[in-house]
Amino acid sequence: MTLPEPEGASVELPVASYLGGPARTGSRFTRWLGLITLAGLAVVAVLGLLAVPADDVQGDAVRIIFVHVPSALGAYTALGVTALGSVMWLWRRSVWWDVTAHAGAEIGVLLCGLTLVTGMLWGRPTWGTYWEWGDVRLVTTLILFLVMVGYLSVRALGGDADSVATRAAVVGLLGGINIPIVNRSVNWWANRTLHQQSSLTDGKLEDLTLFTLFLALVVAAMAILWMMVHRFRIGWLERQLQARDLERALADRRAEARP
Amino acid sequence: MGCDAEVWAACERSEQERERPRCDATGSHQFARPLRLFAGDAAAVASKDLRIEWRARTSLGQMLPFAVLVLVLFGFALDANRPTLRLATPGLLPMTMLFVTVVTVQRSVAVESADGARRMLLLSGMAPAAAFAGKAAAVAVQLLIVEALLIPGAVLLYDAEIESIPLVLAACAAATVGLAAAGSLLGAVVAGVRAHQTVLPILLLPVSAPVLIAATRAFADSFGTVAVDGWSWVGLLAGFAAVNAVVGAVAYGPLLEDT
Repeated sequence: MTLPEPEGASVELPVASYLGGPARTGSRFTRWLGLITLAGLAVVAVLGLLAVPADDVQGDAVRIIFVHVPSALGAYTALGVTALGSVMWLWRRSVWWDVTAHAGAEIGVLLCGLTLVTGMLWGRPTWGTYWEWGDVRLVTTLILFLVMVGYLSVRALGGDADSVATRAAVVGLLGGINIPIVNRSVNWWANRTLHQQSSLTDGKLEDLTLFTLFLALVVAAMAILWMMVHRFRIGWLERQLQARDLERALADRRAEARP
Repeated sequence: MGCDAEVWAACERSEQERERPRCDATGSHQFARPLRLFAGDAAAVASKDLRIEWRARTSLGQMLPFAVLVLVLFGFALDANRPTLRLATPGLLPMTMLFVTVVTVQRSVAVESADGARRMLLLSGMAPAAAFAGKAAAVAVQLLIVEALLIPGAVLLYDAEIESIPLVLAACAAATVGLAAAGSLLGAVVAGVRAHQTVLPILLLPVSAPVLIAATRAFADSFGTVAVDGWSWVGLLAGFAAVNAVVGAVAYGPLLEDT
């Protein structure tokens, strides 16, 4: 995507960036990153679906772990970035952090939804139900998802960019406060959960399964980075467009005032 | 006197307090003055909101019938089964409180949005944290009035039996402060937005989920329906209230300036 020039402009303004930074979403780095990520995803799919043996207890359902765990960790990371960006916007008024927070929220909501769906698909054969109200981590992840959907609703309200950024930052901050509760809730209320402890640390996974899981985590991190960079640049260009429209309107008014 | 006149009078009182001498001859009031100023500003905003509500009769005329209506509708939804209603009372009460909070905060936002009252609040020079405390206190007082009817209403309509009155009072107080703080903060987030009536519930209900869970457990202990330690859940409610009060006090200033 490149910055478009509005049609019928009465006052000529340079297309140059008003805020500085990139003027398009793609770059040599993101193209290579995307290609490597695609190759990595193919390897994870082959290993996860064909090479990794079925689990003694969970059967083939264990393969969901290669999507569920990376998407859960990615969701927490992306939403953590949103919380950090929200704090930085309120503290330093940094447009860079505001755009980063928005990008993190969109990707975080996507991954949070994926975590919930894969968790429910895994829960049906393992727990015998898609949804277990007694599982605190499941329920709190859903609450976090809903809070962040609210964040995106605030982002969609429109209006002055700084005003929307401040409104969203407060919601992002509250969402960020929920992240540690979601992450640690399984330990705080361990007697009320069906959720298993971390698969990475309990030492019950076979070597190939563990390797595939780590590979899936690395590939997911690259995919998230690729999405973050592109979403960030789209947000940056949107800010530039708004700034340029404002400059154009001001220039028009000044031109009208001249004799 | 209209909403804007009430705000103007509150601002004038705040200004007079600010212009008083900093300390007496001995200087003994030097450290107490900021606290007194904060409390005075918060009380001015709270009394302004409550006077407007008292004159409009909104709390008494609309909130109380609304709360009773919700209690009655829950009775229909649960098939008018007394044992079921008695068991469900600990959950139905916080649910009703949540609904009433949404309506009360929407009213609070509407009062502040009329005639540029928010702008006047900003220009008054009072600390934004004090303005937030005043707004939250006014919402809390209105919620407490409604709860004073809700609890006896549940006893009468649902045949519920209170086993620990101090626990009920503590749970109500802690939940009310938390809901008022979160509600006032998110009310400020959506203030001035055309779609605020639909966005507020989307933001407030998920954020208030910890209140619903904790208040339900505390009421379950106080109504004797489940054997849990209700006081520990009151502690969680107090923690939620403290976190939201702190976030609100910090974030209210940027919200007032930007929105």
